[in-house]
Amino acid sequence: MVNLREIKGRINSTKSTKQITKAMQMVSSSKLRRAEQNAKSYVPYMEKIQEVVGAIASGTKDSGHPMLTSRPVKKTAYLVIGSDRGLAGAYNSSILREVQSTINQRHKSKDEYVILAVGRVVRDYFVKRDHNVIADVVALPDQPTFADIKEIARNAVGMFIDGTYDELHMYYNHFVSAIANEVTAKKVLPLTDIAPAAGTASYEFEPSGEAILEVLLPQYAESLIYGALLDGKASEHSARMTAMKNATDNANDRISELSLQYNRARQAAITQEITEIVGGAAALE
Amino acid sequence: MKTVTVNIVTPDGPVYDSEVSMVIAKTTSGEIGVLAGHIPTVAPLAIGAVKLKKADGSTELAAVSGGFIEVRPDKISILAPSAEVASTIDLARAKAALARAEERVQKQKDNIDFKRAELSLKRALNRINVHQGNI
Repeated sequence: MVNLREIKGRINSTKSTKQITKAMQMVSSSKLRRAEQNAKSYVPYMEKIQEVVGAIASGTKDSGHPMLTSRPVKKTAYLVIGSDRGLAGAYNSSILREVQSTINQRHKSKDEYVILAVGRVVRDYFVKRDHNVIADVVALPDQPTFADIKEIARNAVGMFIDGTYDELHMYYNHFVSAIANEVTAKKVLPLTDIAPAAGTASYEFEPSGEAILEVLLPQYAESLIYGALLDGKASEHSARMTAMKNATDNANDRISELSLQYNRARQAAITQEITEIVGGAAALE
Repeated sequence: MKTVTVNIVTPDGPVYDSEVSMVIAKTTSGEIGVLAGHIPTVAPLAIGAVKLKKADGSTELAAVSGGFIEVRPDKISILAPSAEVASTIDLARAKAALARAEERVQKQKDNIDFKRAELSLKRALNRINVHQGNI
């Protein structure tokens, strides 16, 4: 016979797990709302800077600015944006798998690429496998501000300019909706695919187009990275919310299964007791 | 007097949006004053104050840390990595940043970090000046 007390214990432990996952789900959903808002308030800045960069880049063709020219690729950098903590379903693993398979395809030796890691899970993964991690950011707040990411963004751009690497690719989870996100790969540097802004006025440059590109392009690349980070954060919260919702649902199923088992066992115990009493009484007669 | 819309936008969201009659900003090549109907211009900004003169004669101040200004006949946009209007500046924080930056500047005279420390010193000073209105 199944032990009644054992089943009771399992029901209780599943119940307390459910309480935790339920709480985490609610926390994530409120964080997701904030993250979406952050991403939204960032849009005007991004649009504006894109417009101006497009206008300038189309106005001054062949400026020869180092950030706009492709050079022979000797070393590639991968900026991988993940999370600090787990319990977010496939959020980190899908992105790591994608990066790993890209690396396996493109490179033969570990000298051909470097990794810039955002998030503890990402950093630990690559460090453990002896990849060349040259920069990392961990323990980012859930609602990062531009100041939090400025350091790594500036480093990433700076190392491209001084020739540490010749290409910068960025991997992050793009937030599609509250229940879906997809791994996105984006080439950040060199900036070869700037869309020329259509129909904008031709600008006067003060002091010169080149001098402005000097200021503008790093700012543009940094803002691309920041945009990806906000996007990644939003999908992290949504992934965690979905994962915790699944966990809560599973816990509910488990609890009802166990309660059924418990009731059956209890009923069986009662039936057995009655049979024993009746049997005992019959033996006395 | 004719007015023009001014936006100050940072990655953390818009910080200023209003009609003004004149904008005075500090670019890397010197101060410029922009009135409504200016020809389209783009100029990089230095760390400094932006003066926003309203049609009623009052003046507002904002602290910006770099970025650039984009001028169009009907609209002026300032895009900066960070910017605050004078009334929203956290004076205590700026003063703490100033003390920190001063210390770092003195410690690392010939370090590569010197330039960065100097920049944060400038930003902190700029915030304090804008907050107190002595431009």
